[in-house]
Amino acid sequence: MIDFPKEKIDRIKARYGDSIEEVVTEKTDVPIFFVRKDKLLDFMGSIRTEEGLEYNFLSDVTAYDDNPPANIPDYGLGSLKAGGGSHRFCMVYQLFSLKFLDRIRVKVRVKEEEQVPSLTVLWKAANWLEREVFDLYGIPFKDHPNLRRIMLDDRWVGHPQRKDYPIKKYQRFPGSATLEHLGLEELDSNGQSQSGRTGHALANSDLNVKQEGK
Amino acid sequence: MPKDGAPDVLTTRLEDFVNWARANSLWPYPFGTSCCGIEMMATLSADYDLARFGAEVVRFSPRQSDMMIIAGTITEKMGPVLKTLYEQMHDPKWVIAMGACSSSGGIFDTYSVMQGADEVIPVDIYIPGCPPSPEGVIHGVMRLQEKIRKNKAMLT
Amino acid sequence: MNENTGLQSPSRKKDAFDDDENQDIFESSQMLINIGPQHPATHGTLRVACRLNGEVVVDSRCELGYLHRGMEKLGEVKTYHKFIPYTDRLNYCSALQNNVAYVTTIEKLMGIEIPPRNIYIRTMVCEMARIIDHIICVGINAFDLGAMTYFLLGFHQREEAYTLIESLCGSRLTTSYTRIGGLSGDLPDNFLPRMKKWLDGVETCFKELDKLLTNNRIWVDRTQGVGVFTAEQALAYSMTGPCLRASNVNIDLRRDRPYLAYKELEFDVPVAKGGDVYDRYLVRMAEIFESVRILRQIVDKMPKGPIWADDKRVRIPEKERVYNSMESLIHHFKFFMEGFDVPEGEAYCPMEGPNGEMGFYAISRGGPKAYRLRIRAPSFFMFQPVDEMIKGENIADVIAVIGSVNIIAGELDR
Repeated sequence: MIDFPKEKIDRIKARYGDSIEEVVTEKTDVPIFFVRKDKLLDFMGSIRTEEGLEYNFLSDVTAYDDNPPANIPDYGLGSLKAGGGSHRFCMVYQLFSLKFLDRIRVKVRVKEEEQVPSLTVLWKAANWLEREVFDLYGIPFKDHPNLRRIMLDDRWVGHPQRKDYPIKKYQRFPGSATLEHLGLEELDSNGQSQSGRTGHALANSDLNVKQEGK
Repeated sequence: MPKDGAPDVLTTRLEDFVNWARANSLWPYPFGTSCCGIEMMATLSADYDLARFGAEVVRFSPRQSDMMIIAGTITEKMGPVLKTLYEQMHDPKWVIAMGACSSSGGIFDTYSVMQGADEVIPVDIYIPGCPPSPEGVIHGVMRLQEKIRKNKAMLT
Repeated sequence: MNENTGLQSPSRKKDAFDDDENQDIFESSQMLINIGPQHPATHGTLRVACRLNGEVVVDSRCELGYLHRGMEKLGEVKTYHKFIPYTDRLNYCSALQNNVAYVTTIEKLMGIEIPPRNIYIRTMVCEMARIIDHIICVGINAFDLGAMTYFLLGFHQREEAYTLIESLCGSRLTTSYTRIGGLSGDLPDNFLPRMKKWLDGVETCFKELDKLLTNNRIWVDRTQGVGVFTAEQALAYSMTGPCLRASNVNIDLRRDRPYLAYKELEFDVPVAKGGDVYDRYLVRMAEIFESVRILRQIVDKMPKGPIWADDKRVRIPEKERVYNSMESLIHHFKFFMEGFDVPEGEAYCPMEGPNGEMGFYAISRGGPKAYRLRIRAPSFFMFQPVDEMIKGENIADVIAVIGSVNIIAGELDR
């Protein structure tokens, strides 16, 4: 691992010992802190303002499928070694300090269908980033103001970035998404929505509906 | 004129004239989605002027144009939009699929990409390339002009 | 029609019509229109659905995903080398920058050091990409607002750059120039003199274009005070690049976390204070001149030597040997068909792209393919605050704002 002062890692470990599950400094370019899911919001909130650390810029929020199920499509020359553990996904947060100009990586292990606390109260950038993770991985976020699909059509079934979704599985829909689901629809005289669409994509994701052999 | 409506000397000359006029005054509708859109912009600008071929008036409204140039990848979210816009164009209309992505999906054979714009609309000319150079686009437009000049269905 | 709105809609800027007593007739007839996903003024396919009160935008929603091509999933399916052409199609206005960012990440994963000539060529190519991207951004921004001359003259400079790039790697737009541990080919013989000529041409042309727009009454009136974004708002939305520097935040990864050859080069970082469309234009123009300055230094300092790293895992055999020797042919075949083994690990290498912080985050678990390839695209972060920037603006200003923020749909949706 390249040029990160060891004192800083020890300091973070000492200060946030109960939130951090694990610290990884091998085979990576910046230190990785595995944080407990329930302590994530407090950890992020205080590491943002703590003197000497001040990781106040959220570079990126993403996720990866750490332990995919057994029967995944193999595209040949596979490198599909699972990470091991009881969780399915791992959230990744890349933080940058504008004052000290260094980076750390924070990871959170998430089981399938578990909700992750949303960071939109700390950084507004997290809004769309978490929507993208929800769309492509299906990880729901707690207290997210607008959890809907962002990259794919609202009616899409499945989460393509998961390892068990085949890359060429096409889904085609007849008409384009209307304005209603954007929350900008015309309401009738009682102030009710005319289309009946709630615009909330949790209703469409395969966490709640049965997949019908699509 | 013959009673059964078969083309006669007068009508063939008229047909040729109308086809010549249509071919030399195409009003392009640039439907640029991705990288091919930049090469289309290069074709329409000063160095490789497409206006030399009559396609001077670039109209961004389907109601006012007759040649749609689909430059870029068409995804499944964009397909219905493309179909609606194509249906809004008036006859006679032609479609050029510029680049590999709009011809056949290109290098993106993935879950969200339509494998060619001809999944939703009929295409007249396919221009290969990723992206095609402006000379290629001009060649495609000239082939379309040849196709229009051979068009016999004008009077029906 | 929504009849429950009162006289005042929330967070609307005050203007001359607020005191008009007949305001409520117009309040309840708010029109819902769609800018995009196909519109002459959008950079590619994005959609801004606006609710208008007359000409003023009361509320809006930005929507993307119209060019989602599944690149991150392709990163897991294709080997590391096969993914290089896909990186061109991200920010297609400055494809060379994306190539460099991607291979730097993989080289970091593998621990490969590249020789100095390669470093300088990559820096040169990144700065060329910066110039041509800014030409497109400002050109299209001006074109949308009616100033076509900038676009036409700027595109001629872009064509000259294309000629240079074509002599370098064979392709104008989608270059795929870099390889892991090296480049696809060395500089041709008379490249540096032609580069010098091009730089002179760019400088003359842009001094003229500067006179066209910077103090132009119409341009200033249309862009000053439009789409203002303060530093706190910009940082909350994780904006980077020229838009962040136009909001008075002095961060540039080339100077603050130097990579490639930037430690040895002298350059300034332009910062503006206002955060409006005019300031973003000024920052981009200044950056073009700074890039010309950097390129002149690189042309003078270009070291001689090899361009390939001394690592037999990634060294692609030379074409003469491939065509004449059986072992090289088999090596070449296996290299490209099967890929090479990358050790386990992960790396995130952000670079200062023309649009902002462009980075690739790659997780490898051994084998020739990535386990996860994440593309941190600056346009994604730039498009999110557009909703906030256009609230209360006129519809014509919406076009100016979207143009100034330089959203490239290829990297927005990936």
